[in-house]
Amino acid sequence: MNKLTLFGISIIAVLILLAIFAPLISPYNPQAIDVDNILSPPSRTHILGTDSLGRDLFSRMVYGARVSLEVGLVAVGVSLIIGVLFGSLAGYWGGRVDSLIMRFVDIMLCFPTFFLLITMVAFLKATVFNIMLIIGLTSWMGLARLVRAEVLSIKERDFVRYAKAMGAGNFKIISRHILPHTLPPVLVAAILGMGGAILTESALSFLGLGVQPPTPSWGNILMEGKAVIDIGWWLTLFPGLAILLAVLGYNLLGEGLRR
Amino acid sequence: MLPILSVKNLKVYFSRGKKIIKAVDGVSFFIKQGETLGLAGESGSGKTVTALSLTKLISEAKFLGGEVVFKQKDILKLTSPQLQKIRGKEIAYVFQNPVSSLNPVFRIGTQMVEIIRLHQKKNKKEAKSYALEMLERVGIPDAEKNFESYPHQLSGGMNQRVMIAMALSSQPSLLIADEPTTNLDLTTQAQILELLQKIRREQDLSLLFITHNLEILKRLVDRLAIMYAAQIVEFGESLFTRPLHPYTQALLSAQPGYEGRRQILKGEVPSPFDFPSGCRFHPRCPFKKAICEKEEPPMQEREKGHFVACHLK
Repeated sequence: MNKLTLFGISIIAVLILLAIFAPLISPYNPQAIDVDNILSPPSRTHILGTDSLGRDLFSRMVYGARVSLEVGLVAVGVSLIIGVLFGSLAGYWGGRVDSLIMRFVDIMLCFPTFFLLITMVAFLKATVFNIMLIIGLTSWMGLARLVRAEVLSIKERDFVRYAKAMGAGNFKIISRHILPHTLPPVLVAAILGMGGAILTESALSFLGLGVQPPTPSWGNILMEGKAVIDIGWWLTLFPGLAILLAVLGYNLLGEGLRR
Repeated sequence: MLPILSVKNLKVYFSRGKKIIKAVDGVSFFIKQGETLGLAGESGSGKTVTALSLTKLISEAKFLGGEVVFKQKDILKLTSPQLQKIRGKEIAYVFQNPVSSLNPVFRIGTQMVEIIRLHQKKNKKEAKSYALEMLERVGIPDAEKNFESYPHQLSGGMNQRVMIAMALSSQPSLLIADEPTTNLDLTTQAQILELLQKIRREQDLSLLFITHNLEILKRLVDRLAIMYAAQIVEFGESLFTRPLHPYTQALLSAQPGYEGRRQILKGEVPSPFDFPSGCRFHPRCPFKKAICEKEEPPMQEREKGHFVACHLK
């Protein structure tokens, strides 16, 4: 394993630890307003400073890590379920089923994803769970294509033919003989997808369409910081860095596993 | 006695773009209960496609015609769930590449238990002890230990034994062995053949043995069918001693150890996109007559139980 992959793993590990132990790590309640300490720069009492309502930035970012991690897991989980299902159906049955599913994938890919996201957010309540669901529902197409391509090549292998010759049913052939072999590339794609999902959530939250305040997410902290960027640089710099590092971490890990 | 399997005018066509590939084109033969039929022919003559069509395993075929009657049922007319009950249970296969025909990510034992439980009502423990018994029957030493091995940890011959054990686990009445020894070295080949012989005697199993190695067939089979260009050209018991078709004669004379003048055939196997008119063998036949180019020779019974498709008398 090379150094970059290790670096990626460390970032993700820190992220996971922060998310799990958020209540223990954060020195303040992330919602606690302290009117005496509005927009105070990083100091010994508030290591990353406070925001325009006097809330401790570090504590808010630690809780924000929870949102980011969850978004990555759930959104990718949703897109995995849909992508693997559609991809394996298309690849295994071929013919009309394949054309139908793949044209649907093409259509989904034609929509500018972000506008699709914004439209869906407009119809659903912007809870954290809905945001994750929506990100998942708009990001499964790449996985479906990947799984289809893998299934197409694996279904021609001898052991699949043999399983069929010995009387195994289609479901058993797909679940026992084909899907386990698609795992390595799918895992890589899923990890890269988690980085993408975090980025999407941040972007939505930054536009005010994602996670709604007062629940902290890196995206909405960034948005709130934008208004006061000329007097409180720390409110945009640190959440921005956090997003950058998290996405970088997932990408490095994904790339490392690909090899 | 009714044959256990009879194939009538089997046709399997594939399409590549606009072209039609006739992989099997009007093949008829039968297998009697408990006998071994050899199916021989050059690569690409349609042996494997014939074997796979017997349980309708050719899903990508453009056209599948004729009849495959197994125990009074026409297999080509069965639905997928009905076919799944026949495949592996009544008609089992042994394939050419034992290592790649087993799933590399599961242990030998897991795969055996799975196949056993697919066709028999056994719980995991019963299936395991039955699998161990089967492994011992096919001569795998240290069955308990090899049960836990992965396919890549065993040799080709061992994997082939495992595949035979899997194929025999549900006591099929017909075993189709498609070049089961082609990729094995000679001593292993002999052991596997020995094993197949032994099992056949013990179980009253009917066997369809496919190979291009006539030397093997000579020792193993009761009757022989020779395929050329998607058709069976000769079929019967006395092929080795009295071959009637010029192609069979040439094939036999090409075997090592043949005494007498070898016949060297000119030309190549015709392309399945475009077979010659009349008898498909006529461009390479040393005895060809005018009629051979025009008319397809019908399958005739020249001697009792010896069929041949040739215009020559």
